[in-house]
Amino acid sequence: MDPRRTARTVSDPKVRQVGFFTPAPTERSISDPPRFQDPIQPPSPSPTQVNDHSPSGNSLSPVMIPPAHHHSDNFLRTALQVTSPTKAFSYSAKTVTIPPENEDVASSFSPGRKVVSAKSPSSFPGVKASSVPASELTTVSVVNLPPGISEKAGGASVEVQNDRPVSAKTLKEKTNKAERRALQEAQRAAKAAAKAEGTKASSAASKVVTSANTKPSKAAKSSSQKNDGSQVAASEKKGGDRAPEKDRKKDAPHPRMQYDDKSRVEKAKKRAVVKQTEARNRVELFRHLPQYEHGTQLPDLETKFFELDPMHPAVYKVGLQYLSGDIHGGNARCIAMFQAFKEAIKDYSTPPEKTLIRDLTARISSYVSFLIECRPLSISMGNAIKFLKNRIAKLPLALSESEAKSTLMLDIDLFINEKIILSEKVIVKHAVTKIQDGDVLLTYGASSVVEMILLHAHELGKHFHVVVVDSRPKLEGQLLLRRLVRKGLSCTYTHVNAVSCIMQDVTRVFLGASSVLSNGTVYSRVGTACVAMVAHAFRVPVLVCCEAYKFHERVQLDSICFNELGNPDAISKVQGREEINYLDGLVNQENLQLLNLIYDATPSDYVSMIITDYGMIPPTSVPVIVREYRRDHLWS
Amino acid sequence: MDFQVVVLAGGNSKNLTPLVSKELPKPLLPVANCPVLNYVLHQLEQSNLKDLIVVVEGEDAALLVGAWISGTFIDRLHVEIAAVPEDIGTAGALRAISHHLTAKDILVVSGDLVSDVPPGALAATHRRHDAAVTTMLCSIPVSGPLESGSSGGKDKAKKLGRYNIIGLDPSKQFLLHIATGAEIEKDARISKRILHAVGQMEMRSDLMDAHMYAFKRSVLQEVLDVKDTFQSLKEDVLPYLVRSQLKSEALLNRTPQGEENSNEKVSSQNNQAFISRILANASTPSFHGIYSENPDGSSSTRKTHKCCVYIASSSSYCVRLNSIQAFMDINRDVTGDADHLLSPNNIIGPSPKLGTKTTVGPNCRLGEGSEMGDKCQVKRSIIGRHCRIGSHVKVVNSVVMNHVTIGDGCIIQGSVICSNVQLQERVELKDCQVGAGFVVTAGSEYKAESLAKKEK
Repeated sequence: MDPRRTARTVSDPKVRQVGFFTPAPTERSISDPPRFQDPIQPPSPSPTQVNDHSPSGNSLSPVMIPPAHHHSDNFLRTALQVTSPTKAFSYSAKTVTIPPENEDVASSFSPGRKVVSAKSPSSFPGVKASSVPASELTTVSVVNLPPGISEKAGGASVEVQNDRPVSAKTLKEKTNKAERRALQEAQRAAKAAAKAEGTKASSAASKVVTSANTKPSKAAKSSSQKNDGSQVAASEKKGGDRAPEKDRKKDAPHPRMQYDDKSRVEKAKKRAVVKQTEARNRVELFRHLPQYEHGTQLPDLETKFFELDPMHPAVYKVGLQYLSGDIHGGNARCIAMFQAFKEAIKDYSTPPEKTLIRDLTARISSYVSFLIECRPLSISMGNAIKFLKNRIAKLPLALSESEAKSTLMLDIDLFINEKIILSEKVIVKHAVTKIQDGDVLLTYGASSVVEMILLHAHELGKHFHVVVVDSRPKLEGQLLLRRLVRKGLSCTYTHVNAVSCIMQDVTRVFLGASSVLSNGTVYSRVGTACVAMVAHAFRVPVLVCCEAYKFHERVQLDSICFNELGNPDAISKVQGREEINYLDGLVNQENLQLLNLIYDATPSDYVSMIITDYGMIPPTSVPVIVREYRRDHLWS
Repeated sequence: MDFQVVVLAGGNSKNLTPLVSKELPKPLLPVANCPVLNYVLHQLEQSNLKDLIVVVEGEDAALLVGAWISGTFIDRLHVEIAAVPEDIGTAGALRAISHHLTAKDILVVSGDLVSDVPPGALAATHRRHDAAVTTMLCSIPVSGPLESGSSGGKDKAKKLGRYNIIGLDPSKQFLLHIATGAEIEKDARISKRILHAVGQMEMRSDLMDAHMYAFKRSVLQEVLDVKDTFQSLKEDVLPYLVRSQLKSEALLNRTPQGEENSNEKVSSQNNQAFISRILANASTPSFHGIYSENPDGSSSTRKTHKCCVYIASSSSYCVRLNSIQAFMDINRDVTGDADHLLSPNNIIGPSPKLGTKTTVGPNCRLGEGSEMGDKCQVKRSIIGRHCRIGSHVKVVNSVVMNHVTIGDGCIIQGSVICSNVQLQERVELKDCQVGAGFVVTAGSEYKAESLAKKEK
């Protein structure tokens, strides 16, 4: 341990860190948790390490452990492989040659079967035999058995390649060119060996790489990158691009990746679970945002349903629902995601030789990157994920697995209840005071909070009129309208083009928000800005209702940098009206670019008040909330 | 993914006599020299579904199938074989193994399906909609004229998949009506309630039920328990579920939230309702949701379940081997257009010995150890292992299984010749099926006949 610790401090200047960086683990960003694995549990990645072809076998290696372990593993594995087929063969032989005996076996294996057989229409004597012993062919498939072992082996092989840089560093903090070259050669050799050991091996390796290195030294970085290369190659060779979760997590496309950077997009594509074809004709200004050919992702993801091993079914389902648009809206997406995570945590068990904190964080990250591929995260989801990861990281080490899991599940419930549901109730309570008899309230789109405010005010017996403004292509307003009308509210429905005409009758505007940024900018469904500006022009107060967990400390001046592009087909085609599809056949033309933006940013000038769980505040006070309460509640 | 796979392999289908027999149950019927069950298992294996239950009708058949599976898929799949009595139908077969089913959802695949549609797609659709049942529909394959000779199926579900009338909702996601086979002759009875709730129904007759279903286990077991007269999945269970989708019994429908969080405290029940309302409001409601809503907007007591469809794209291949005609078609396609279906383990043996001036056309497949005499012609045909074919033999559009002896000067067109058949000299066969072990005497001519050994 000691040599490595010193190495870290010594070689720190070599690390290329952009921006603020402290070695203290508390300040580290959550996106790279494996880094601080070391201080707490140093020997964990290396219990089974050994490698016969390791060039650095004799060099100083604090993490090496005698080879006996590995050999025994290997031996065990071969033994298993030998025994299981023979067993099955002998059995099958028996079944073929001596049927009566098999029958005996069958019936003796399952006594419970007769009950069912009695129920089946024709009580055929053979039903007894229908209960085939739980496993006629105990064929432990090769694919299922070895991962653990091969992973270990792979871990070992690459561990070596990776130990090398560390030891080299400890001996000499500055390597000259020749040495670096030798190092590279060694790495290459080790990599080839790792490749030979199979995909799983190399994939597991890359994780070990990060965990074994105390800090991202340059050499380690390069080696880990190479691993990725080999990993990708290997997995491609295998046919499926099933990158194991660890790897996927590490390489997850950054939520704010610039999609006009070709090389990065290519890289991200290689790892993607969802096969995505980039849309061709994109508006110049928005090229940095991801946009894919809609309609190709869903079928592709569907076909891979059974091949995504590490993905929890609940998470997968939520991803599908995001992708197909079955769930939308910041709160709903957040709740759905958290419920899926809860399920995943419930079914989680820490793999051997790993700690829950790290492994679970990695797993959550892999889920998140999968969800990002399905649809970019909303800010609310980002905050929620931050909260969850923080809770995981803050778990006391002494906690047992079941305790930790129940704690986390409680935390999730707490988040949903406090941050979403309770705060909605508080917002409703505040906002209702602003509604008086005879008011004409305008709302845009379908915000869950605004809906609750209106319904609550109606229940209180206030007499008011609601104007629901809607826009194509989602027409969410219609769903809201449907629910409001059913409850007996008096409503007007119009589209956003007519908002200037209707605005003169309106006394208040209630808007929902996807996020409120720290300069007071309201980031919301596209069209909100337009409504807010018209209202401002008519001197109608604009009240934005937003839960505090959606606040974000980012400052955004326009809606170009960060946004989301929707399906361009949605605006070029009108559903159910084939006769006005004038753009048929033009969609793929070079000189036509379709833009379907999802969000826009409303400058704080047009917002009179933000109603949040901490009360009604002017937009200028948002940073205060972010500063004062964020630390207490989200990151505590 | 919490799916359990049940392969209904069938047993001795009467549709396929004389091709199938006691010695050669239907699952082992060779298609391009490799048992038809292999296609399903291989596809499941590719989808990473390695834990299967194979249900076979009849004990002897089960033994044979079990032996074959253990020989072929050893170390690759974890297969359990269950033998059920014959003639209890597909639903009966599932009923017999129902206590083995534990996963949340059950994927039921027919063992005679030759298709390249990934089962994952079906499963994903099923999960996404949280459906009670999802069925796969595929376009009806183009095939030659129907065989006139083969008729009188024991199971209508297996008889002809092509007379289906299927009602879909406008988004083509939900199954509103399904009628098969004999029901078509009468009037189609469509539930008024469903029609009212959906508003618009698209009737299709160009789709075929591929007999690949995903069921919610609780629903499936419930239906099988309560309706113990149901024999066939396709004829009884599926139409029943479709009919009752808007008035399903309370037990069929449990909201997922309720199930998951049943251990919550009572105080949080309120919140739970809140959450589910937010989620429900956020998602685009299907007609089920709209229907179950009371006029005042509150969620009501009306229970619904969803019956979804997954429609395979027209470019994918999907045929069921349920008639002799289908057998011929599949054999033709598998060697021809859809040759990607041939699994890699179906290696062609060392090339057979060919006599001089013998030609083998394209789209042919010759098994190992087969010998052919001089001046033979083989076109668009499949010849099994260890066949001995004399000189001046013409084989066109035919399937010849293993260990067949064909004398000199035979002409075989559009026929199926099973294993161990002996054709003596100058036999002419056209559109015939010759059962296993049959001996055709020299010089005889047959047209559109089915030949099999008498004693049985």
